[in-house]
Amino acid sequence: MGKIMTRMGDGFPVEMSENQLRGDLAAGTEDAADRGKISPLSKEELQYLFDIFNSPYRFVSTEPGKEVVLSYDAAPIKLMRAAVNVHRIQSLQIHEKLLGADTIELGHIDYSFKPVKPIVGTEQTVLEQTLLVTHAPLFYGAMPNLGLYRQPDGPFPNPSELMQLGKIDEARQSYEMAVEDAVKDIVYVSSAMYDSGADGINMDTTGAAGDADFLAGLKAAEILKQKYPDICIELGMAGEFVLGLHGELTYHGDRLAGMYAHDQVKMAEKAGVTIFGPVVNSKSSRSCPWNLSRAITFIKACCEVANIPIHVNMGMGVGGVPMTAHPPVDITSRASKAMVELCRLDGL
Amino acid sequence: MAVSHAIASGMGGMRTAGDLVARMQMTRGMKIQEAKNYVADKLNVSISDLTDPVVMTEVREELEIGSLNPLPGCLKGLEAKMRIAEVLDIDINCIRRLRNKGLL
Repeated sequence: MGKIMTRMGDGFPVEMSENQLRGDLAAGTEDAADRGKISPLSKEELQYLFDIFNSPYRFVSTEPGKEVVLSYDAAPIKLMRAAVNVHRIQSLQIHEKLLGADTIELGHIDYSFKPVKPIVGTEQTVLEQTLLVTHAPLFYGAMPNLGLYRQPDGPFPNPSELMQLGKIDEARQSYEMAVEDAVKDIVYVSSAMYDSGADGINMDTTGAAGDADFLAGLKAAEILKQKYPDICIELGMAGEFVLGLHGELTYHGDRLAGMYAHDQVKMAEKAGVTIFGPVVNSKSSRSCPWNLSRAITFIKACCEVANIPIHVNMGMGVGGVPMTAHPPVDITSRASKAMVELCRLDGL
Repeated sequence: MAVSHAIASGMGGMRTAGDLVARMQMTRGMKIQEAKNYVADKLNVSISDLTDPVVMTEVREELEIGSLNPLPGCLKGLEAKMRIAEVLDIDINCIRRLRNKGLL
């Protein structure tokens, strides 16, 4: 039996036997099925994943005709992060002309709605100038980021400190007040960007501060959709399930805490979201086959119930891609192909 | 990483028809197959042509809907998006904004 080269969830190379590979694929899907109370992958699907990981080629791809649309979070910021000295508009031109981007996204370096609010006019001008010279549909992206609404960064008492003092009700009230402020900020900034001509708004990393964060994204989406019926809203998640930091928040009667992707997408649909971006976290101490099998199990369940397009998050540390700043092409291409083909995705 | 995904499973952006298919997801909420069918029908090409850069370069140049290496005098940027809205029969927000200002 030959040895198969693959990687751990932190990206480091590892050699596995065929039996080890099959074992990790089975364990990954079982873990997801157990946590999400969803169906595990079938024998045929696990064999398909085995064949992808057993492929001797460095790079694999989808079959022709099965390609999907790509959307990006914080695209221009990534070139800044790499210390490439280009303006954000040039960065987006590079994305659409040189990197094969199907959509482009403008975002501020803070990448949260709250800090954009006082400088929204400057951001609108950059967006309007971007629209003059680009062709692909343009999102404006930012995070709800409820963390910025608690002291010392924001106006409301810090729920984490209140919880330590046993002040549960006060902590919950703080989250609820933060939701109301965050919704106002998201609607304010998004309205400005849409009035300036943006094709869509990307609420990215939603739920990063738990169920209140997710609720803020949903409420803002609902208001924006009522205000602008033609607006495109992409709502991307922060993690695979909604952290119950408040614990009792509901949306249209459904408790948000603990929801996995297949339940989250139904909330997004109720809010009028156009494109949903689910997340499955990669575990760095488990192998990439384990992580990818697990991620596909969650996302497949989400796609099966979704009525809106699904763009899965497949950046560093999510969607079966290892948790490393420089994901290798061997594992990224395997994750990309398998996720698209097994889940019948609409995009990444 | 973005490049790995673009090559492994992306449609190719404006090298091909990826941006046009994306517009149908964004404006009409279409799932991927419906969006591809719609764009292929409007451009009068096959589904497989949508991701072929050679075929799509010709189609894009002929329709003036934006190309990677624009020829002198052809429509570019916002001008090309006016044509995209027309070809795909959709509203594009920034073009609607021009119309509302009485510029079209």
